[in-house]
Amino acid sequence: MAFPEAIPAITIAHYLFVSAAMFVMGLVGFLTRKNMIIMFLCTELMFQGAGLALIAFGRHHLAADGQTFVIFVLCVAAAEAAMALALVVLLFRHKETLSAQAWKELNG
Amino acid sequence: MINTTLLTNLLPSMLAISPDTSDAAASHAQSITQVGTGPKWILLIIGLPMLTSILCGLYAIIGNKTKLPAWTVVAGSGIAFLATVAMYMSFDATPYTVHAFDWIQVYFGDKSMIANFSFYIDTLTIYWMLFVTGLATLIALYASEYMSHDVGTSYCRFFGAFGLFVFSMACLVMGDNLLMLYLGWEGVGLCSYLLIGYFYKKPEAVAAAKKAFIVNRIGDLGLALGIYLTFVHFGTLEYAVLFNDPTLLGYIESAKVGNFEAIPRIAQWIPLLFMIGAFGKSAQFPLYVWLPDAMEGPTPVSALIHAATMVTAGVYLIARMYPLFLTSEFALPIVAWVGTITALLAATIAMAQFDIKRIMAYSTVSQLGYMFAGLGVLTPTGGVYHVLTHAFFKALLFLCCGAVMHGFAGQLDLRKLSGLKNVKGWGVVTIGMLIGCINLAGVPFTAGYFSKDTIIAESFVTPGTSMIGWILLFTAGLTAYYTFRVFFRVFMGPVEYHPGEEHHDDDDHGFHPHAPGWAVNSVLITLSVLSIAASGLYFVGGNKETHTKHYAQTMVMFSTASYTSPYSEHAIEAAHESHDPNAGAGPRGTIEHALEVPIFGGDPHKMMYYISAGFGIVGIALAWFLHLFGRTNAAECKMDPIAKRFGPIPKMAENKWYVDELYALIFVTPLRIIAHIFHWIDKLLVDGIVNLFGYLPRIFAWVIRPSQSGVLQGYAVSMAGGITILLLVVFVIIMQGGIS
Repeated sequence: MAFPEAIPAITIAHYLFVSAAMFVMGLVGFLTRKNMIIMFLCTELMFQGAGLALIAFGRHHLAADGQTFVIFVLCVAAAEAAMALALVVLLFRHKETLSAQAWKELNG
Repeated sequence: MINTTLLTNLLPSMLAISPDTSDAAASHAQSITQVGTGPKWILLIIGLPMLTSILCGLYAIIGNKTKLPAWTVVAGSGIAFLATVAMYMSFDATPYTVHAFDWIQVYFGDKSMIANFSFYIDTLTIYWMLFVTGLATLIALYASEYMSHDVGTSYCRFFGAFGLFVFSMACLVMGDNLLMLYLGWEGVGLCSYLLIGYFYKKPEAVAAAKKAFIVNRIGDLGLALGIYLTFVHFGTLEYAVLFNDPTLLGYIESAKVGNFEAIPRIAQWIPLLFMIGAFGKSAQFPLYVWLPDAMEGPTPVSALIHAATMVTAGVYLIARMYPLFLTSEFALPIVAWVGTITALLAATIAMAQFDIKRIMAYSTVSQLGYMFAGLGVLTPTGGVYHVLTHAFFKALLFLCCGAVMHGFAGQLDLRKLSGLKNVKGWGVVTIGMLIGCINLAGVPFTAGYFSKDTIIAESFVTPGTSMIGWILLFTAGLTAYYTFRVFFRVFMGPVEYHPGEEHHDDDDHGFHPHAPGWAVNSVLITLSVLSIAASGLYFVGGNKETHTKHYAQTMVMFSTASYTSPYSEHAIEAAHESHDPNAGAGPRGTIEHALEVPIFGGDPHKMMYYISAGFGIVGIALAWFLHLFGRTNAAECKMDPIAKRFGPIPKMAENKWYVDELYALIFVTPLRIIAHIFHWIDKLLVDGIVNLFGYLPRIFAWVIRPSQSGVLQGYAVSMAGGITILLLVVFVIIMQGGIS
């Protein structure tokens, strides 16, 4: 296996690209899927995309703020995940389905 | 009927007298002496009735079920009456004021408006308060029995309003400024409203109460404007200052020589406005329509408020403000003519009514017309004397009618009552009624005869008003007729009676009238005695120094109402005593010349005794022939076929000449239509604007509501789209070089 001669330096642009890709995948997933668990996972994906961008910028500026912030976000995300899954379970018990369409009656 | 040139030329000629006529009486007039301060116990007269009213309210709250309210009011009014008597006894011809507390004191610049809660006591005040408190006591005693069916809260309500009325009347009569008078004026109006509407479950009573209140509002507006104008022009509301005001005294001097151009027009408007107020309160044409309807109230109320006291407030106002009335070219002639027209009109209506209480009501209107005519033809004495005599005999008549109504289950139709004289237990009522009737009819040597004659005689000697005299004389005949029509129908003739609508048994045979008890009888006896005694006042109480001949004249002469017509009997006597052949000389010649105007071949002051007695006796004789002679039952009499000959006229008179209908057409219906228009404007326009502001958010919500679809992804799309657009905007701005 021959490595390329010169691995181009991984710049902030790469991180941002990955971050944006994760975010867009999450967004598209959220918009297209009906299963509430999948939608929830998609929001997590967007979260992590945004977190990655924060870490990248933190590194870029050689500051710890970004990473610190992400630690907090992760904590909150963990708590929120527990909450969200509990909600999904409750919603499922009501309608015997995970489809978000089932709750269309909550319109204005 | 009114000769307009006569009207406009009347007062200058009525007042015209050369200034050098300095007889004793004339020089006494308008010289109001220094006003002193009186003792504080006089405040009892004001305070006690108010206290009784408050106590009655408390009784109602604690649920008193006895006659205690009645005894409270009788005691309160009685002590107030005794205090009035004491005030009278201690009075020595000098008016004084009694100060209760400071009320309204406004200072602006060098001017000030002072209206204290204080009282002005002169002979006129005492004269009025004597019969107000005296009659209030008697009628409260009568009402204690009359209202006994209602013992409980209603009883407390009745006597509470009764006490409040006496308080208000005392404020009206005793107040030392026009604002106090206005306070009392509105107070008696309120009590009148409350007591007419006493049977508030009866629609007629409620309608009558509202009618009385609303019609009085028209008059009250006049009074209020008059008070404003008085303040604007003379800068004071206090009698003590106003009647000594040099400007006013100057105006009066100008008026006496007929020089009305010297008096500003604005000042001449003041009495005209007061006059409107007096017309409303004293039920004069065209504002008299409320008084007959006011008979829906309990009879004691009709007797006290709507016959004896409150309705004379207008007479009091004019008598009190007489100096102001002299300064207007038109006020007194209009007062005289309106009074005369009212007297005639009401008498014709009274002739055709069948409800005895209504007859008495129209009779009251008619007699008030006499009082106004008296004031208008320059004899405040006559008007004020008639107030007193009328108060006694009309209260008596009403209370007798009330006793009949009470005993016969609300029956008031004279076609359904007959011969009560011979029913057991009705002797006192019959005698009381007879005494009232002879007074009202002007039978010789009764009080009503003397007071009415004073007015009629004076209207014949005052130049330009002999037409008024003739009308009043004719009306006196009508009065005698309708008065004795009631007496002969109800109290004389064969015994026959049917119970009124308050009797609920199926057949008439089971009905037994219940004769009045001791309270009613004792009051009727007292009032009968007073009515007779009032005629004695014509012979006593004269004053040699001021040439007054009798009590009422003396009382008037020492008050603000003191004005001596140059044509009055007493001015003539004074002129004779001064042995000056030119005494009383004026533009119309000497007094002797002025006396040539009448047609009785002598001094009308003397001749009137015979002539008016003649008219009265003819009236009574007619009533006897048509309503008693040969009558065999209650319903039919000789008058019925004669009435048919007059075609529609009796029917029209019975329907009150359709004046109420006319007012309904001219005033009430257009006002109702306007009210409906405003109602719809309010509903559509005003409410519409308000509702529009309520609907706007709803419309906005209705527009944007579909965006909340309930589909989770929809929200996410709009959120993402929104953020995208926002980012694009930021991007474009940055591309453009940022925000500078």
